[in-house]
Amino acid sequence: MHAEPLSLIFLNAAVVNNFVLALFLGICPFLGVSAKKETAWNMGLATMFVMLVSSAAAYGINWVLGELQLEFLRLICYIAVIASAVQLVEMFVKRFSPALFRSLGIFLPLITTNCAILGLALFQTAKEYDFVQSLVYAVGAGTGFTLALMLMAGLREKLALARVPRVSEGAAMSLMLAGLLSLAFMGFAGLGGSHG
Amino acid sequence: MAELPNQQESLSLDTFVRGLWEENPVFVMLLGMCPVLAVTNTTVNAIAMGLATTFVLVCSSLLVSLLRNWIPKQVRIASYIVIIATFVTIVDYAIQAISLELYAALGAFIQLIVANCVILGRAEAYASKQRLHTTLINSLGMGAGFTLALLSLGTVREVLGSGTILGIPLFGADFQPWVVMILPPGGFFVLGAWLLLFNWLRLRKERRLQAAAAESAYAR
Repeated sequence: MHAEPLSLIFLNAAVVNNFVLALFLGICPFLGVSAKKETAWNMGLATMFVMLVSSAAAYGINWVLGELQLEFLRLICYIAVIASAVQLVEMFVKRFSPALFRSLGIFLPLITTNCAILGLALFQTAKEYDFVQSLVYAVGAGTGFTLALMLMAGLREKLALARVPRVSEGAAMSLMLAGLLSLAFMGFAGLGGSHG
Repeated sequence: MAELPNQQESLSLDTFVRGLWEENPVFVMLLGMCPVLAVTNTTVNAIAMGLATTFVLVCSSLLVSLLRNWIPKQVRIASYIVIIATFVTIVDYAIQAISLELYAALGAFIQLIVANCVILGRAEAYASKQRLHTTLINSLGMGAGFTLALLSLGTVREVLGSGTILGIPLFGADFQPWVVMILPPGGFFVLGAWLLLFNWLRLRKERRLQAAAAESAYAR
């Protein structure tokens, strides 16, 4: 596992096992903030930043807990670190871009409960990545998340102009679209390492 | 959520049924979608995930409700998260002890219950304001609603994707499984189809109500 080249890790996290479309992580923001491309882009970047911070922190925590043989506290520590990182991003965004702060709304604090981030921390622990590999994995996951969000936002912007039957308005149509996207991403299977 | 802030709700059947149907966390509020889509490729996984989530939901809601007067407002979210993470750790080890096979099938999604917005949402919107017994009933209802949703996805996907239910073959040997249904896209498609069905039911009900109203107006 340690010999896995960095490019493969990146590719694997970004497209082959895309966090949103193949592993079903971070579906809530995926459906919630994908109405506009601009918001989607900012949300993607914010998430990627939190991913990087928490990935680095998770690596450190895992090492410390391993030394102290307190592995059962791993989950609690991870989530506490993620919550603090989100708080940091929230203060940062609020200070420097109030408009963006408003457009992200409730979904900014909800990054805490974005399972993509916790999932990332758990997966990198399970795969026993070293520090650099973890960071590359985080960037890949963030890229994949942003990619999925942008694709979805583009589709939904087009769809807003189309006339669809009343019964399929709203979430139902978004899920069908997501299904089609996911089907498309399955074409990447076999490109990288096989399992998530 | 309909209840007013800081108003104690009296206990009624509605406290339970609301979570099951009217405010179903998955089909109506669209919360906690990740496990809903990820682990519903077989019925057994769906049931296990539903029960695990219900356990965490009920226990953490009870504890939050008990401590609601002691947790300072500023750090409440962090406190809730720590409470939830504690119970998830318990569930994680319990499932590992009960069935390793199941543990492998559910994978990281057991630990990811922490990040399930249904649970944090309940803690924030309900348990932190209500008394113990209403919280118990309400969170049981929500858990049941969540399990029901998982089950309705899990059965459809297993029947279509593997031609079995609970591992028992339904059709003859000639059945050609619709494999895409147990793969990731199937999750999106089946949930989308359920939502379409509920939309259709809701629209039909609205139309009927309108027709009835028009009729009574005409009769007068």
